[in-house]
Amino acid sequence: MSNMVHKTLRHLGTGVAIAAMLATATAHAADDKLVIVTSFPSDLTDVFKNAFMKENPSISVEVVNKSTSSGVKYLIETAQNNQSDIFWASAPDAFEVLKENSLLAKYESAVGGVATELNGYPINDPDGYYSGFALSGYGFMWNERYMDAFKLPEPTEWEDLTKPVYNGHVGISAPSRSGTTHLTIETILQGEGWEKGWQTIRDMSGNAKTITERSFGVPDGVNSGSFGIGIVIDFFGFSSMASGFPVDFRYPSVTALVPANIGVINNAPNNGPAQKFIDFLMSETGQGLLFDPKIMRLPVNKSVYANAPKGLPNPFDGSIKSEVNFDTAVSQGRYNVVNSLFDVMITYRLEDLRAAVVAIQEAEVALAESGATNAEATKLIADAKALLHTLPIDEAKANDPEFAAIFKSKRKKQTDKVEGRQAEIEQEWDNQIVQNYQKAAELANTARFMF
Amino acid sequence: MSSAAIARPVRFSSLGPYMVAGIVVLFLGAFLLVPVLKVIQVAFQDPSSGSFTMVNFQDFFNSSLFRQSFFNSVYVSGMSVVFASAFALPLAYFTTRFNFSGSVIIQTLAFVPLIMPPFIGAVAMQLLFGSNGSVNLLMRDWFGFDIPFMEGLNGVIFVQSIHYFPFILINLSASLQNIDRSMEEAGQMLGSSGFRLFRRIVFPLAMPGYIAGASLVFVKVFDDLGTPLLLNVNTMLAPQAYLRISSIGISDPMGYVISCILIVFSVFAMWVAFLGMRGKDYSTTQKGGGGLSKRDLRSHEAILCYVVIFSILGIVLAPHLGLLLLSFGSVWSFSVLPDSFTTSHYGTAFTSAWTFIKNTLIYAGLAGVIDIVLGTAIAYVVMRTNVIGRKWLDYLAVSALAVPGVVLGIGYLRVFYGVNMPFTDQPMATWWGIIVIALAVRRLPYALRSCTAALQQVSPSLEEASENLGASKFRTVRRIVVPLMASGLVAGFVTSFSTAAVELSATIMLVSTENDAPLAYGLYLFMQSAAGRGPGAALGVMAVIIVGLATYLSHRMVDRARQQRSSMEQATGDVA
Repeated sequence: MSNMVHKTLRHLGTGVAIAAMLATATAHAADDKLVIVTSFPSDLTDVFKNAFMKENPSISVEVVNKSTSSGVKYLIETAQNNQSDIFWASAPDAFEVLKENSLLAKYESAVGGVATELNGYPINDPDGYYSGFALSGYGFMWNERYMDAFKLPEPTEWEDLTKPVYNGHVGISAPSRSGTTHLTIETILQGEGWEKGWQTIRDMSGNAKTITERSFGVPDGVNSGSFGIGIVIDFFGFSSMASGFPVDFRYPSVTALVPANIGVINNAPNNGPAQKFIDFLMSETGQGLLFDPKIMRLPVNKSVYANAPKGLPNPFDGSIKSEVNFDTAVSQGRYNVVNSLFDVMITYRLEDLRAAVVAIQEAEVALAESGATNAEATKLIADAKALLHTLPIDEAKANDPEFAAIFKSKRKKQTDKVEGRQAEIEQEWDNQIVQNYQKAAELANTARFMF
Repeated sequence: MSSAAIARPVRFSSLGPYMVAGIVVLFLGAFLLVPVLKVIQVAFQDPSSGSFTMVNFQDFFNSSLFRQSFFNSVYVSGMSVVFASAFALPLAYFTTRFNFSGSVIIQTLAFVPLIMPPFIGAVAMQLLFGSNGSVNLLMRDWFGFDIPFMEGLNGVIFVQSIHYFPFILINLSASLQNIDRSMEEAGQMLGSSGFRLFRRIVFPLAMPGYIAGASLVFVKVFDDLGTPLLLNVNTMLAPQAYLRISSIGISDPMGYVISCILIVFSVFAMWVAFLGMRGKDYSTTQKGGGGLSKRDLRSHEAILCYVVIFSILGIVLAPHLGLLLLSFGSVWSFSVLPDSFTTSHYGTAFTSAWTFIKNTLIYAGLAGVIDIVLGTAIAYVVMRTNVIGRKWLDYLAVSALAVPGVVLGIGYLRVFYGVNMPFTDQPMATWWGIIVIALAVRRLPYALRSCTAALQQVSPSLEEASENLGASKFRTVRRIVVPLMASGLVAGFVTSFSTAAVELSATIMLVSTENDAPLAYGLYLFMQSAAGRGPGAALGVMAVIIVGLATYLSHRMVDRARQQRSSMEQATGDVA
């Protein structure tokens, strides 16, 4: 009766099987291979891949694109039978993790003209396991149409983003989700100090419309106009501008320039081509490719800045003020603690945080508008702010390697013992934080209703 | 129909069913159980000493954040089923009950929401329904207020019910088509008609399909990660598990504790659905009727039906319209429509698209075929044999629904990276076939539900008749059972195929060279940069068209087979 279905199903099956056989028959042409694991978009990798293969026609380059964290996991899981040659990504922390797991091989390129330090901060790994090939700074980008529609002024400093006028207009990613956001948060913490830094971060996040799940969610949101201002790494801003979106980007004065990196993987099956690729990347030709409108990153080879496109600053002539000398060791030591604090205080409790921040902002406006001095209201607002800004742990504790070990996901040895569990501690923090936020909102509302 | 089923005598005790069950268990064991256990064991480890413990589960229930996430997930899943049913019921009923010129097209279009390409779909939704999307920009201009479609839990419910209602539609339609017309006629002769006939006769008879669809929607929404993440809602269970695994690291116990709880709760939900169906016999001996009698609509009824159908289609297809606009738009930022239109994105997308499309068709096609074979085998073993522990086979397969793709991906890397393939000597985890298997395992629950619903409507007496006439068990399954299940099988294939075509989370862990990458991965590549948005949308549109075409062809196939069948019956009837 339903022969038809039957027959067609069978044809479908055969078709699929034949197609499957065809797929396996793809041949490899070039003699040498190079496998690059990277977190960079194909807009960036394609440019370098094509230029490199033009110079070295005998090497066929294969790009495997994974997000930074899954790239690291992939390399760790596949180390027993490694097939990859190069890891190429932004976040220096990811390279530190690989280095710690002895998954990188030493290689220092001898190409001339490449800067090794910027304002005293080394661009390459001092031990020679990975090298910086481009510099990136952090700042904010905004959508001009959005700013016009909501009549918002352009921000210039991190502090500006804590102002009531920006409430509900800011987008940021979480440091646990995005390596670049982690660097931004750590830059603020190192630049403004632990207490003051967290205060800025929390006031700023209280103005957030959303905490996006991945780094690219922030420029994407600004480009679409979902929110007005995004906290992003510079090339997201530059490349969005170059793609024609009505957006602009600015560095605040507290920023750090951090290198994006490349390194050869330990036991790389194609070590020679891997080194050749890094040399190419550092050469003047390679560095010049960073000015491609889809890429727009700051080269480390000083000599190519003569040809820089308009609007791209030269970090070596001081046109970017960077007040922070980024300390990688400190950042690395408290990496997971900072991530967890941010998630507990901001990501997962954004609604409570927002409610408290809005209540305080409104109380302050009410106080200012009344023109009178009201000691009681002033005190209530101050108390509310103190509660809002209370941190569950101080800087010494966060930097304490023993405490940080609780948040380390891997025990090095079977015998390593750690007191306390991350989930337990986070629950403790969460209780305290939620209570504080609610109390702060209450106090601020009491103050507001006095007028 | 609600009377208790007559207990079927156990009809054979040969080794055949055990062998079939054994093969299925072997497959699921190697490609689901072992890899997942390899990763998930962390949930039962004391993080400080590595010894066995339940303390992590205690931590879970002590955490107010996790408790809140759990209740949010249950609430959102339940509400999504309600709204999804509201979308699906009218479409399924109208298109199977009345003579519509474009029934097949309507059914295909209504199926398209299931194919929402990752990432780019989110951008399109935001541009249309977001707080500064087209709809709200217009509303603000005209009425001075806006509606937060995409905010918070309600936003998740809105998007989920649009996205997953086809599960109900496709299973319910398959069920409605299998109802014996004589039942309906009997009801009519006894004086029932209209809504009463639908409520008392038609809908109860189609119950297996509805329950199959509704339980799938519930479990899928419960376990779904993409939508809450795209709306940046993270106080739900699945995003919590994902965020913990991908940010804290794969040896963090809490992520796996949540995964365990997701798996247990999903199986529990399926079990409840199974309880609801127990003791009821939905099978019909006669396939002669071939579904409900279709009647023509009076003109005012037709207009009403079309209004309902088109308003539902309008809502559920809006995201795809957004995708289409995005793929042709130059810059679309804080405006109702893109600034200008161009076809250049398609040019960019085409340069890389061919390999992606070929791979997607192969992977998703093979995965779909594996799924209906396994699905039929499992459904048959569970419902028609007395294999000990057969129900667990079903639960095992369903639990795949709750395994986060990342976990499966990492599990595969752990288990299969050390194993080299024969001939090529490459690690098995880098072989493209492993992607097919991952997709098949992840989508098996979809196909299984359709196969189970289809088999539920086939009366065992037909098989008994076949065996009485001397056919072997295998021959009976091949010649009687499978053909009778055909429309359900196609439903299963289509669901597996189309959702596998846009799967990303497991694939992204397993893709080892760009030549082996499927379309969803290509989309991911584009969606990493500002300039990639247009080409990404173009690739997304291609994905939707390809899967939509495949769906349409499958529907046509079933429809043609039905027509052929009824004309044959007509012929035999005339002779008699």
